[in-house]
Amino acid sequence: MDNPLTPRSNDLGLTAAAKANTPIESQEAKTFFKQLQGFWVTFKTMFKKPNTVQYPEEREATAERFHGRHQLNRYDDGLEKCIGCELCAWACPADAILVEGETNTEEERYSPGERYGKVYQINYLRCVFCGLCIEACPTRALTMTNEYELADESRAKLIFEKEDLLAPLKSGMLQPPHPMAPGTTHIDYYRGDIKGGSNG
Amino acid sequence: MTNAQIIATDPGWIILVKGLLIFVVCVLATLMSVWGERRIVARMQQRLGPNRVGPFGLIQALADGVKLALKEDLIPKAADRIVFVIAPIISATTCFMAFAVIPLSGKVNLFGHETVMQMTDIPVGVLYVFAIASVGVYGIVLAGWSSGSTYPLLGGLRSSAQVISYEVAMGLSLVAVFIYAGSMSTAEIVAAQDQWWFCVTLFPSFVIYAISMVGETNRAPFDLAEAEGELVGGFHTEYSSLKFALFFLAEYVNIVAVSALATTLFLGGYRALPGLGFTESWLGGWFTVIWFLTKVVFFFFIFVWLRGTLPRLRYDQFMKFGWKVLIPFSLIWILIVSTLRVLSQQGAPRSVLIGFSFGMVLLVLAGSSLFESSKKRRAREDALGEVDSPSFPVPAIPGNNLKNRTEQING
Repeated sequence: MDNPLTPRSNDLGLTAAAKANTPIESQEAKTFFKQLQGFWVTFKTMFKKPNTVQYPEEREATAERFHGRHQLNRYDDGLEKCIGCELCAWACPADAILVEGETNTEEERYSPGERYGKVYQINYLRCVFCGLCIEACPTRALTMTNEYELADESRAKLIFEKEDLLAPLKSGMLQPPHPMAPGTTHIDYYRGDIKGGSNG
Repeated sequence: MTNAQIIATDPGWIILVKGLLIFVVCVLATLMSVWGERRIVARMQQRLGPNRVGPFGLIQALADGVKLALKEDLIPKAADRIVFVIAPIISATTCFMAFAVIPLSGKVNLFGHETVMQMTDIPVGVLYVFAIASVGVYGIVLAGWSSGSTYPLLGGLRSSAQVISYEVAMGLSLVAVFIYAGSMSTAEIVAAQDQWWFCVTLFPSFVIYAISMVGETNRAPFDLAEAEGELVGGFHTEYSSLKFALFFLAEYVNIVAVSALATTLFLGGYRALPGLGFTESWLGGWFTVIWFLTKVVFFFFIFVWLRGTLPRLRYDQFMKFGWKVLIPFSLIWILIVSTLRVLSQQGAPRSVLIGFSFGMVLLVLAGSSLFESSKKRRAREDALGEVDSPSFPVPAIPGNNLKNRTEQING
């Protein structure tokens, strides 16, 4: 496979559906030798390469837009994108998201603008990975990754906190709280004019 | 010296050693065949099959067995306790007994004693195998009955009906072998296949035996006794732990047993393939065991292949097939074979024999073509026949009267 991110089959079941719609030629029983062809099918299949993926040792890339674990994104200087608006929580059909906003102060600033998400929890026992929260988010703070290994041994561990969901700091990013880049407003941030390291 | 004479000189300890060897081989064969079956079926479905426990997953069956043994052993309250315990024991012991008369090798040297790998050679060896197989059915029936539950009872009844019906066809298919070998002793039947294997000379018998041995062992596509979709687990629904393991063991040993019998009766037993006779003396004669095992593995592969390919039959189709196809067919075949045998024994000229066989072939062809054409005619008549107008109210089709509608139904 050239691109590891390509899903294994590009056929989205469309050709199969078309095949299913072609009329059956004859309802009569096939002749004896026709029926024996089934044996050849199974025999032939024995020499094909098995489709099995030896999962824990060997992994295949998911589809590019696979709905996996959520991620809370940051601006390039490390400030959080989440503004604590709770639209994701309201959009959630499974009531899996809990957000509590708080007001940013000049001494303690987590996100550009007025408010930030102080508490952010996603309960993965409830989440149905529908992606409505992502559609609801006004700042692109919440997106989904391709991470699908979400299993643990207790219920409590499957309620992800803000620190579990936040995107890791990349180089040039500064751990909030820290002030906005000098001379900028939240609108500059929103427009994407802030480049990494401008503050640090 | 015949096998029976050789065996008669065996001291007691040799018999014990042989019995132990046969038992060990059977149990090992079970473990290997469970693994082999799962691997082969998996490949037929483009999967890998068990490959985790041990190299290539080889000890998967052993691990499963250990797991089964450690499970809780339940006896349902409604069950008949004594029969419930005895049933799996009957199943598991009888399946081994068939091997007593199967010759596994030619003359070999066992701990300095010249003998053959066969426990005993009785003049009615094959009948003995049949008797034992019939006793084995008791295990299944009693298990189904004693569970005190509906599905196991149905499964047990189905299974017994099935085994009994297919045993008739199986027994009839072997009559031709007895006629040609002139004996029912397994060793002498093998000896009679010196020139031609019976699977060639008695091909129809071989086919009937091959079909009915699948029915006899309750294997796919004839595994109606444990049709999960209909009967949960069939007769062993209520069994757990070691008792279930015994049934499991019995099923696989039975497969090996009928395969071994088929090898003995139709594929020349422990004899080498035609043209490879010189290999029989290799390893001091022990190479014949390898020939025998190879043929058994071949049959086992056929079993697995069937399971991987065919869907399960419906019960009535299955019984119809057994009673209305296999049994009449084998009866006719026996008539032909015995007539030929008597003709040749009475010294009839070759032309009579050939003429008779030719006439028979013609008769069969004529019969089958008549059958086919009548089937076709019936199908045509059915297609043309009027369908009665429905007796329940149907909404009128716009612009059509009822007659058009019946025509539509008929196509």
